[in-house]
Amino acid sequence: MGNVLVFIETTTTGETKSSAAALLGAAAGLGTPVAVAAVPAEAAESLGRTLATAGAEHIYLVTVPEASSELGTAAVGALAQASEEYAAIAALLPHTNDSKNIAGRLAIVRGGAVTADVVALRMEEDEVIAEHSVFGGDYTTESTVEEGLMVVTVRQGAIEARAAAVTNPSVRLEELRIKTAPGAKIISIEPVTEESERPSLLAARTVVSGGKGIGSRESFSLVEDLADVLGAAVGASRAAVDANYVPQALQVGQTGVTVSPQLYVALGISGAIQHRAGMQTAKTIVAINNDADAPIFDIADFGVVGDVFKVVPELIEAVKAQES
Amino acid sequence: MKIAVLMKQVPDTWSDRKLDLTTGQIDRTTAEQVADEINERALESALRHKDQDASTEIVAVTMGPTGAQAALRRALSMGADSAILVNDPSLAGSDMVRTALALASALRDIGPDLVLAGNESTDGRGGLVPAMIAEVLQFPHLPAVDRVEISDSQVTGQLQVEGAVVSVQSEYPALVSVTEQSAEARIPNFKGIMKAKKKPLDVKTLADLGIDVGPGAATAKSVMVGATERPPRNAGTKITDDGTAAQQLAEFLSSRRLLQNHQ
Repeated sequence: MGNVLVFIETTTTGETKSSAAALLGAAAGLGTPVAVAAVPAEAAESLGRTLATAGAEHIYLVTVPEASSELGTAAVGALAQASEEYAAIAALLPHTNDSKNIAGRLAIVRGGAVTADVVALRMEEDEVIAEHSVFGGDYTTESTVEEGLMVVTVRQGAIEARAAAVTNPSVRLEELRIKTAPGAKIISIEPVTEESERPSLLAARTVVSGGKGIGSRESFSLVEDLADVLGAAVGASRAAVDANYVPQALQVGQTGVTVSPQLYVALGISGAIQHRAGMQTAKTIVAINNDADAPIFDIADFGVVGDVFKVVPELIEAVKAQES
Repeated sequence: MKIAVLMKQVPDTWSDRKLDLTTGQIDRTTAEQVADEINERALESALRHKDQDASTEIVAVTMGPTGAQAALRRALSMGADSAILVNDPSLAGSDMVRTALALASALRDIGPDLVLAGNESTDGRGGLVPAMIAEVLQFPHLPAVDRVEISDSQVTGQLQVEGAVVSVQSEYPALVSVTEQSAEARIPNFKGIMKAKKKPLDVKTLADLGIDVGPGAATAKSVMVGATERPPRNAGTKITDDGTAAQQLAEFLSSRRLLQNHQ
């Protein structure tokens, strides 16, 4: 089995971010997972334990000063070094703003090629095959990389596989040796604390979204109330975001987040093509809208033509009754 | 200051976009081809700097088929000074690394202080080409910034990462990719459109750029091995609320085991 590098995103103090477990799970399905990170030396021991539990057979850590001052540079170097040392067949990174920067730079440094925004990975006749969901899930494509390191960015929340814990992984602490392009200078890192107890959009089993039909920022609490009774994440259409009902981070669609939950509930959303591109692969779609001709009904498994301000409060009560 | 802005011609996201299932490439014949909105936002950031400092020179750059000139004309009509299309038959179907190598060569000839790009195109959505170009040119990269501030001596931006917002900065030269949170693009006016017709738009082949990134040159390459179309989704039950809709919907959710107590 070949070695598969997994880039571990870490906080400034060297703790893993949420992507680690899924990436190690995906790597274990392809070969031997090698976790790679650039962290302060004092964080190495605790990070090693976490990564072993999440399924890393080998752990390759490049140590950096705590206040690392260049965006991504140490990570690119760490992955480039590890890909040589472990003769890696692929490197998996999360498809996030910071890791995409690392992935692109790594492909140039190592003369590899990339396959981006991947939703599934498998091994087929000694080749790593990556699956993509294109044009909002209208198409599925498969790709691989020939003759070089395959650098893969993996869509957040797409991989369900998890690797078995490893009891005695090999751990290496290394210095940064490979020289790459300079990174942008980091001036500050401001933590963003999650205010809500709700699941994140990408991880949620159920998503309840509101659109222009919700009418105002104040009445968006209707969407939140239904989300809470369903244990769901809250989303929104671009129209609702543009009207300032909710922050842009909640936008579902072509230019926002793409979700694929078990249940998607669209409230007061017409279902423009750009919105459908972000949610049409949901297992079950429910829509409530007062416009009987809204395109959302063309893809809804259960559609209610009616007033959201009447139907949703009744639905909340009915769901509570069903659950008790 | 000289600013190069990367543009891309893409299928309109408001139309029904198709893939050619035999090649896995975008079918450019079905949907209307337009300049990608994200690049217009990048251009807007450059234009705002030019509004402050008229000596700023803006060059719009793209790679693509001959028709991609339309995206460049759009950039010129918004206010870019000149444009370059990298166009070569051997670049058709290029993967991201080959695209980045070709664009980096064109940029090297231009010699910009700042390169502005969209963080990801709306068609491919890979979002890796800007980082690749930065690495090839050895420019610091400010990726996926929501806001960009361009001053005479440095460029600053903020990007969202998991659990934090990171502020980054670089002196020139630098490459910045912007998100759709960045500057809202201006609409070209009639005067701009007329002026654009007289502005220089050069077409460069790989030979002009003195590079060989054709099929024979790159060793590693990304290849498409399959493409399938998802079966269309059909409408299910649709009811008009007569006072019992909420109850029926709750029963539907329960029957599909979609309520919390089933999880």
